[in-house]
Formats: sequence, structure tokens, C-alpha cells
Amino acid sequence: MINDREIIETMQMFNDQHLDIRTITMGISLMDCAAPTVEESCNRIYDKICKYAGKLVETGELISKKYGIPIIHKRISVTPISIVASACGAKDYTPFAQVLDKAARTCGVNFIGGFSALVQKGYTNSDKVLIESIPDALAATEFVCSSVNVASTRSGINMDAVRDMGVIIKKTAEATKESGALGCAKLVVFANAPEDNPFMAGAFLGPGEPECVINVGISGPGVVKHALEGVKGKDFGTVAETIKKAAFKITRVGELVAREASERLRVPFGIIDLSLAPTPAVGDSVARLLEEFGLETCGTWGTTAALAMLNDAVKKGGIMASSYVGGLSGAFIPVSEDEGMIAAARSGSLKLEKLEAMTCVCSVGLDMIAVPGDTTAETISGIIADEMAVGTFNNKTTAVRLIPVPGKTVGDSVEFGGLLGTAPIMDVNRASCADFIHRGGRIPAPIHSMRN
Amino acid sequence: MNQEKNTAVVTVLGRDRVGIIADVSRLLADYGINIKDISQTILDDIFTMVMMVDLKDVVIEESDISEKLGELGKKLGVQITIQHTGLFNAMHTI
Repeated sequence: MINDREIIETMQMFNDQHLDIRTITMGISLMDCAAPTVEESCNRIYDKICKYAGKLVETGELISKKYGIPIIHKRISVTPISIVASACGAKDYTPFAQVLDKAARTCGVNFIGGFSALVQKGYTNSDKVLIESIPDALAATEFVCSSVNVASTRSGINMDAVRDMGVIIKKTAEATKESGALGCAKLVVFANAPEDNPFMAGAFLGPGEPECVINVGISGPGVVKHALEGVKGKDFGTVAETIKKAAFKITRVGELVAREASERLRVPFGIIDLSLAPTPAVGDSVARLLEEFGLETCGTWGTTAALAMLNDAVKKGGIMASSYVGGLSGAFIPVSEDEGMIAAARSGSLKLEKLEAMTCVCSVGLDMIAVPGDTTAETISGIIADEMAVGTFNNKTTAVRLIPVPGKTVGDSVEFGGLLGTAPIMDVNRASCADFIHRGGRIPAPIHSMRN
Repeated sequence: MNQEKNTAVVTVLGRDRVGIIADVSRLLADYGINIKDISQTILDDIFTMVMMVDLKDVVIEESDISEKLGELGKKLGVQITIQHTGLFNAMHTI
């Protein structure tokens, strides 16, 4: 029997602490949409996505009403387009991005991920075409997200791809400069990209995934912060216990929604992604949650330790609540999407180097960080290389989503609106790494990749 | 999802006034929703009413009930929500 206290506690989580399901993401395999011509392939893609995901948004809304749970996004992830398009022989994959955009619009979802390539060990011809197409594809579409996996613990780091992505990010910024380089907010460079991630912009459906699958991403930094407010001054054992309990409850909500969506849509349930995902709303910030540990401002000494412990305790609580946990599963620290991170970056307490250190102990990486427009492609590649090394050598996912905003410099900020938020332009180390980046080739896989 | 009975929790949060229970129960009765249990308390100075209801004989779409209750809540100046009990069982029981 449920008691009133539990009911009221639950109501407060939804009303005051911003608990929500961040996303129900339907993964759709497009393997069977490969065709000898672009037109034929695009037709198959459109028809298949609309057939599978036509009821996704409606179903999400029904579940939301049944349980009184806000479900913020309904999204779609697809097989990396570099694989699907490889048979058509085209020299530009922008039409594929456009058809994804059209399908997303028809289905009513707000993002579709999978304009992607997996190049950790090297390029196929199709991967090259896809990567070259990214700037135009992102400029020509509204809902499409792109990602490129350039490194993995098993394969090492593809430094040719790291070099090329620096250039592609610059070109994407230029192609979308009218909107503050918004294209770069939809482009992620990965190490160890998960194949079942429901979160954008990095979602795609990996080659090992089923025909169609429902993955759910939870949220809830506000709930954990509220729980910590009740244990001020207590020792870390108490803090860990408190986070675990809150994470358990949050994850159970995710599991409930995922199971019900799976049943209603007759699509198998894949995973719950246990990520604390912030939004720019006050009270929904990971930075403020870290400050609740006892830090004056996020970014000061102690931040990495607090984040490590938070991330670990969330997983320990969440893993008990669902047997199928996957995706990124770690606290997100996107700067522009987190009110506390924005404040810490503006005050100078949070710097790029500290963010890099923080990514050693959480997912996902240097995320939604605006840098000066005159940052060189080589410097961007250098930042990517460091972040990829963190992921590759620590056997974890890391990512880079940098936004070099044309015409802006340190002290300015760029406004994306909505959940993408506002990004203060952050300073970067200007010493050159160009000779390092132009070496090319691959950084070999670390010794601990050899587990067999 | 159908393992649990088709029951839901209706919560009313806000300032107390005459006739809240009457208005809410009339709306529920109109749609064939039976009230199994009802309790009210003042929590952090907020009037809180919790009703357990049975949706077995409900005569409208479940998703429409929350809208109807939301509209009534606006009229009365309180927040009224309905949530399937599956949510509370998932979150608070192992």
C-alpha cells in the first residue's frame, strides 16, 4: 500500500524538483534501406522511419498523462548514414540528412540522430563522403544530429579523423554562423561511442542493435540536489547513501516509462540511460548539485572528487532499479545547458582545463562549450585529441561538442535558446599544437585493450 | 503494465476552500470513477488531498481525465493531478 508521504514526495519531485523523463528515443535500423541510387535509398529511409515512429510522439504523450510524468523529448536514432549510404556511390550525403529531417518533421520528433560515421580505425570511402558532407547537411536541416566516433579503447585514436574533424567543426560553424554556429551544437566527436545512447546530439543506432528498439534517458539533478539539502554537514557515506536512494527512484520512473512505451509500440525495450541531464532551468543544474556538496562555485578544488562520487552513486542506485542499463550513463556537464555551469564559467571559476579533468570521472565530455571564433582548426583538433585520449586510455566514453562562434571572443556569449541554452565564450590555450596534429596516422590502442 | 489493478491516485494541492471534495468527486462520478479511499492533510502549509480511485468502470479515455481534472483545478485555484498507481509502486517498493 502506498502511503501519503510517498505520494506527496513524488508530487514534489515532479512539481518543484524538475524530475522528468528526458527522452524516449526509438532506435530504427536502416540497414535494409541501402540502395543503388540516392533517391531510392532516401525513399526507403523516409517510409521506414514514418512507419515505425509514426505513433512515437502520441504514445509518449499518453504515457505522460497516465502517470503525470513530464516526458520532455521523443526522438529517433538511426543506423549511421555512412553505412546506409555506402552503396549509392554519391559524392554528397546532404540529401540523406534532408530526408532524415523530413521524416523527423512528419513524426513530430524534435531531433533525429545518426548522420554519423564510425571511423576509429580508419575511413571507408563512404565515411569520407559523410564527414565532408557534415557542414552542408547541418546547415540544410533543422532536426538532424551528427556524430563521428574517432577513437576507441580497442582501436586507438584515428588522428587523421581528429585532424579532419577540427576542420569540419570550423566549416560547420561558418555554414551556420547566422544562428550562432548552431550546427556545431548538433555535432559530436566521440571516443568509445555507445551504440544505444538515447541522448542527442550523439545518438545513433549501432550495427549490433536490433531492428527497432526503445531506449529511455532519465534526468533529475534537481531531485538529487534536494535530497542532499537534507543531509547538510553529514559525512560522505551519508551523502553516497542519499544519492543512491534518489537515483533508485528516478531510474524506476524511467524503467516504468520504457516498459510501457515498449509494450504500447510493440517494440523491444533496450536500455535505460542513467544520466543526470541538466537543463538551463533554475533548479535543474548539475553544477548547483555539485555545489551542494560544499563547494563555493563549480570548478573550484573538490569539484572533480564531488563529481566522481556523484556519478558513481547514481550508477549504484540506478543499477538496482533496472536490469538493462546502458547508453552513456553518467552525469552530463554541458556548459550552455546548465544554469550553474554558465554562472561558474562567467565568474572565471570554471575553465576548459578543469572541465577536461571532470570528464575523466563522468560522461560525457567537453560538451556545449563555446570558444572564440578565431580558434584554429588545429587547436580544436588538439582539444579533441586530449579528450579522446581521456576516453581511450580510461576505457570510457568521452565526447567533444565545441562551438567556435564566428566573430565572437572571450567575454561575449551566444544564445541558442530552449534546452541548448546560452554559452559564454571560454578562453582556450593559444600555444600551437599544429605540428602535433599534422603528423597524422593512428595513436595505437592502449595496452589494457588486450583483455583476451 | 497490466499486473497492477487499474487504480490511480488523485492529488489536490493548494489553498483549502469549501466544496473542493464535492467538486472533485462529482467530476469523478460523472466519468464512472469510484473513490476507494480519501485523506487530507496540511503539509508545509499546503492543503493536500489524496484520493485513491478505481478506473475499472471509467467511461472516457484515461488520458482525457487528467485534462478534465486540470481544468477543474484551474477553476478552483488548486492543482489537481491524476497518476496511475503503477508509478508509486515502481518508485517506492522494491
